[in-house]
Amino acid sequence: MKLLTHNMLSSNIKGVTNGFPLLIEVEKVIEKPVDFNPDFLKNMFLKVDWKALVDASRSLGYAELPEETPESSAIDSDDFLRKFHHALLELHLEEGALVCPETERKFPVTKGIPNMLLHEDEV
Amino acid sequence: MSSRPELKAPPEIFYDDVEARKYTYSSRIIEIQAKLSERALELLALPNDGVPRLLLDIGCGSGLSGETLSENGHQWIGLDISLSMLDIALEREAEGDLLLKDMGQGLGLRSGVIDGAISISAVQWLCNADKSSHEPRLRLKAFFGSLYRCLARGARAVFQVYPESLAQRELILSSAMRAGFAGGVVVDYPHSSKSRKEYLVLTCGPPSINTELPKAKLEDEESCSDDESSGEEENQTVCIADRHRPRKKQKTTKKGKGREWVLKKKEQMRRKGNAVPLDTRYTARKRKARF
Repeated sequence: MKLLTHNMLSSNIKGVTNGFPLLIEVEKVIEKPVDFNPDFLKNMFLKVDWKALVDASRSLGYAELPEETPESSAIDSDDFLRKFHHALLELHLEEGALVCPETERKFPVTKGIPNMLLHEDEV
Repeated sequence: MSSRPELKAPPEIFYDDVEARKYTYSSRIIEIQAKLSERALELLALPNDGVPRLLLDIGCGSGLSGETLSENGHQWIGLDISLSMLDIALEREAEGDLLLKDMGQGLGLRSGVIDGAISISAVQWLCNADKSSHEPRLRLKAFFGSLYRCLARGARAVFQVYPESLAQRELILSSAMRAGFAGGVVVDYPHSSKSRKEYLVLTCGPPSINTELPKAKLEDEESCSDDESSGEEENQTVCIADRHRPRKKQKTTKKGKGREWVLKKKEQMRRKGNAVPLDTRYTARKRKARF
């Protein structure tokens, strides 16, 4: 699972008011090369929740992203875009779990696919 | 379409390892899926500026439809309820990210982040109640409601569907309208029983400002369905754009239905051949309060 997906995903268990961001329990991280496309990154820059992305990338062991939300002028710098690209698209959580921040319900991730199915009493 | 998989078993059971493999490696299905998803992508009418978008593939299965999205350079997130199908998608090295998820439980995505959604032959599964806890109406509501939230303003969602009956299409369409979508059904090849395909094209709010392109042509259904020239015999569009109609107000007045209404209904029932009591002076009269 890419961090891009993690950044979009929230827990929708019944009664949870703020299921975002999901915490990450890491067992195995892999990197897959993805074509670098600045246009897409600029488009996504407006949409990602920066803090969630930084926290998630740190928990996967990648600490290059700046802590505070960068200025919008930062997206013109190639160096920044490369880091952003790497964190957003190339880091994959292969094995582990996502944890709902409110209920601490675990969603297991196997072979890079998070199992987000809810039990009947959680719908 | 003689056999409908929806009627055989729930999706996560029907598409087991064997069926998923059969489905994915059938060259006929690959071709059909590619065609359907290309057409869906076309109907999505993304701005033609070469910027890759973040799309959603609902019921992505083994990633056949996602392949078309990847070929067009887009990033996509696919979700499906069948793990066997997703395993095959991994095997085929689908480029999108995969989630094991039941769309009837709501999508659980952040608001306004997705640039468009496609779904090939999946939404009709929602109309089945496969477990005692399933209520199609609620599941459709959860699905469309969460989809509406996660789409950006002006983004579109295109669903290719095989509704079983008129009532089923109505059910899907009305759930979508209730969630706030505007849009309608585009029918390709309406006169052919074999190649007839229905697409539900839904728009989420007014065209968005952050899509950075003049989008004058995109607003109405006609502009996009007029675009295709070659193969189509005819394109029917049914537009249901009225989103703000107060539904409850229309129903009944406080007084109740009245004698005329009752007589009309009785006449209707008679015409249908039902056994209906005679019209007398007691018909539709109110009971006394002490009764």
